[in-house]
Amino acid sequence: MEGIAQIVIFYILAVAIVACSIMAVTSRRIFRAAVYLLVVLLCTAGLYLLLNYHFLAVVQLSVYAGGILILFIFAILLTSAKGDRTEPHDKRRVVSGVLTALAGLGITSWATVKHQFLYGNNPTVLGDHETNMKVVGETLMGTGKYEYLLSFEALSILLLICAVGGILIARKR
Amino acid sequence: MWSFEKLTEWIDTSLRSCMSADGALLVEFVLIGIAILVGYALLALFLIYAERKICAFFQCRLGPNRVGKWGIFQSVADMIKILLKELIQINKSDKMLFRLASFFVIIGSVCTFGAIPFAKGLQAIDFNVGVFYILAISSLGVVGILLAGWSSNSKYSMIGAMRSGAQLISYEISAGLSLMVIVVYSGTMQLSEIVAQQADGWFIFKGHVPAFIAFVTYLIAGHAETNRGPFDMAEAESELTAGYHTEYSGIQFGFFYLAEYLNLFIIAAVASTMFLGGWQPLHIPGWDGFNHVMDYIPSFLWFFVKTCFCMFMAMWVRWSFPRLRIDQLLGLEWKILMPICLINLILMSVVVIL
Repeated sequence: MEGIAQIVIFYILAVAIVACSIMAVTSRRIFRAAVYLLVVLLCTAGLYLLLNYHFLAVVQLSVYAGGILILFIFAILLTSAKGDRTEPHDKRRVVSGVLTALAGLGITSWATVKHQFLYGNNPTVLGDHETNMKVVGETLMGTGKYEYLLSFEALSILLLICAVGGILIARKR
Repeated sequence: MWSFEKLTEWIDTSLRSCMSADGALLVEFVLIGIAILVGYALLALFLIYAERKICAFFQCRLGPNRVGKWGIFQSVADMIKILLKELIQINKSDKMLFRLASFFVIIGSVCTFGAIPFAKGLQAIDFNVGVFYILAISSLGVVGILLAGWSSNSKYSMIGAMRSGAQLISYEISAGLSLMVIVVYSGTMQLSEIVAQQADGWFIFKGHVPAFIAFVTYLIAGHAETNRGPFDMAEAESELTAGYHTEYSGIQFGFFYLAEYLNLFIIAAVASTMFLGGWQPLHIPGWDGFNHVMDYIPSFLWFFVKTCFCMFMAMWVRWSFPRLRIDQLLGLEWKILMPICLINLILMSVVVIL
């Protein structure tokens, strides 16, 4: 993709992410907050697309937009009544929240500026660096060095335990 | 066989010769956007007309026959009517979410529409994770439906949305698993690559028994995902008036209506791309003369004929079977369809290994 177009798209996505994240935190209607969060997650997927990392973008879409956010929405639908609004936060919590956010911003920007990026400072490797789906799949399912079959299976057992636990709690009479 | 790549390349080079690279890119973005939206709208008009006619024939009626010859302009007239209708504001509804919901549904559907290979070289988005992308982006529609049900401030909408949400996320599993069968067989997720591999025989013929089972399960699951036919519990008009879009009016309702029809098209198009060879002509190994004659039929015609065949089957099912109860509906998915899909996936893996 050409230079200017990439920069313009990046700034549109960045502004949308920042604005929607702030609205997700400050909105007093919980359902709206969930929708703002969805927009943030979709724009993050857009950033991955911009980096030519299609696999991660699609995973972001399917896991967050298709899975986790639907779970949030179902939970909200089942627990809160129509027109529920949260209480306005008290001053101390707002101040401490803002301070924590600023500290986080400081740390991440310091780390980003300080970090020596493998590709960023090396103009010879710039260009299309798309990780092929095949490579991702084989690395995820391989048993050799730097391959992740064991952790993948361990995670799936963890998820199974969560599902069984959830059913156990829900069925308690 | 004539490829649309020549046309797109010609547009690209002629744009780049008269303006800067970024300008050309911008113009191309706009052109592709307009092309996809116009194609989307025209297909919706065609589908609504086709559905009404086919439904009428199944019910021994004539269907629309006043506007134009055989009523072919009926859906155009309906479109003008729906554009002129008033948008009714619902009391005590969450106005912003109410408006946003219809956009979520339509965005999910348009983004999926863009990834379909319509003809040789005519595909807007071609990721190497194409199949996964289609499955992921179409799940945006569920969010829109849940939002619509919640923000309408109506019991009917709410129940419809809950049913629809449960139905969509359940049947997505079967649809995904049936597509995985083909991914296992072809070894790729890129749609253009999958179509290219079917040049010497479509997967439904080449892929032995598992591919055929996957085709049938995908059609069933896809049909359920479009909220149509025997699976339209979400909008069961005898009990919920219209389900999640009860409170919508005018073009906001039109968006839901449009997305529903285009989702039917998308399911049929994906089925024909994955199983019936997409735009590939019918080739039988060994029959060179026959294959050569088949090559003269344009690729987009092949694609649309196959897609129309799949859509006709969906309409056939819709107007032939009575509606299921919601527990039967979810039982069908979790107790019957999903185990079949899982076993079928194992079967296909065995076929590939042998």
